[in-house]
Amino acid sequence: MSKYGVALFHTTSAALRAEKVAQHAGLTVKLIPTPREFSSDCGIALRFDWVAAARVQELLAAAGVDVDQMRALE
Amino acid sequence: MIYLDHAATSWPKPPEVMQAMADFLARAGGNPGRSGHRLSIEAGRIVYDAREAVAELFNAPDPLRVIFTLNATHAINIALAGLLRPGDRVVTSGMEHNAVMRPLRGIEGIDLAVISCRRDGALDLAEAARLITPGTRLVVLNHASNVCGTIQPVAEVAAIAHRAGALLLVDAAQTAGVLPIDVQRMGIDLLAFTGHKGLLGPPGTGGLILGAGVDAGQIAPFMRGGTGSRSESEEQPEDLPDKFEAGTPNGVGIAGLGAGVRWVRARGMDAIRTHEVALAHTLIAGLAEIPGLKVHGPSDAELCTATVSFTAAGRRVSEIGWRLDEEHDVLCRVGLHCAPAAHRTLGTFPEGTVRLAPGVFTTLDDVQAAVRAVAEALAA
Repeated sequence: MSKYGVALFHTTSAALRAEKVAQHAGLTVKLIPTPREFSSDCGIALRFDWVAAARVQELLAAAGVDVDQMRALE
Repeated sequence: MIYLDHAATSWPKPPEVMQAMADFLARAGGNPGRSGHRLSIEAGRIVYDAREAVAELFNAPDPLRVIFTLNATHAINIALAGLLRPGDRVVTSGMEHNAVMRPLRGIEGIDLAVISCRRDGALDLAEAARLITPGTRLVVLNHASNVCGTIQPVAEVAAIAHRAGALLLVDAAQTAGVLPIDVQRMGIDLLAFTGHKGLLGPPGTGGLILGAGVDAGQIAPFMRGGTGSRSESEEQPEDLPDKFEAGTPNGVGIAGLGAGVRWVRARGMDAIRTHEVALAHTLIAGLAEIPGLKVHGPSDAELCTATVSFTAAGRRVSEIGWRLDEEHDVLCRVGLHCAPAAHRTLGTFPEGTVRLAPGVFTTLDDVQAAVRAVAEALAA
């Protein structure tokens, strides 16, 4: 099972906003360079514990953050 | 020294602004949004935090609809050049700054109408309703005059504009951080602001806020270039704010702007406004007692910002200006304040005025001393 997941975004502003939203909700997340196996519009991605994937998705949707895709990190 | 030129740029700045700028250079020297390492991300966070602070101050619908620019002029140019097409009807006022008039005069093929204003600068709402005809594309309105501080009825003009199907662009160069502004409640579709006046940030900062009702797809980008996003494409992205922020942003300036906005929010818009009304009232009342002197603009401080213009019969404004500086340590601006249209409305073209513009750090003692200095300069 994957330990981490990443959320990918179209813009850096969206990634930075996602970080704030997740941290505000008490989740442990980190902005990292977008892993090269994923094609992304933006150079940074939000890494999170994969077990929290549903919670991250729900939080970002509720905050209106435009997420390109969410992927598990192998 | 008494600095009364806040309408040109505010000085001094809060220590927090200078500290934020030094910190940006010392700790977050990366290029925001361009790389994935920690210095770039930290720079990006500082820029994003400033975006959020600006959005909260003006009640913007979304921080990503805050576009950072070099100044208000840059923001106005983005809006006008991006929105207007040949044949569009545009309505503006007789109190505009050249930041609005020059770009409008430079766009070919638009149908431009100018709403006249009274001698104190106040907009004629009945004429606004006549000129803003159905199908008008855009109304451009100065929130408050840089010459004499006259505050325009933005919400009323927004209602007229929206009934006609037009968007409203407000030039808030003189009012951001000085008057409460709520873009959603006031019906402002596009708000252009500068960072280095009432918001207490450094020069080289400003922005354009796109209201919820504005389709950004209808605004062609003023500049195109790298954004750090959608790098595989040679087309400008449509995503906000990237579409309108090509090229490396002024990160250090935006760090200072963010600190300035937070300072303003902590002080409180109502407290700032109350202080500035007292300053304006003291200036207007004091100057009015000096023989031969005429104050231009509203006589009621509630109807203007703390920007007060005057002329004196038979005296050159330039001479009054240098006497105030050299003999009384009072710094102000004299002449035409980049707003020939406004000076024609006020009847002060082409000689111009002496403009006294205190700010948030100016005290009542300062403006009382300035009034005495004016009286002495005119007696000389």
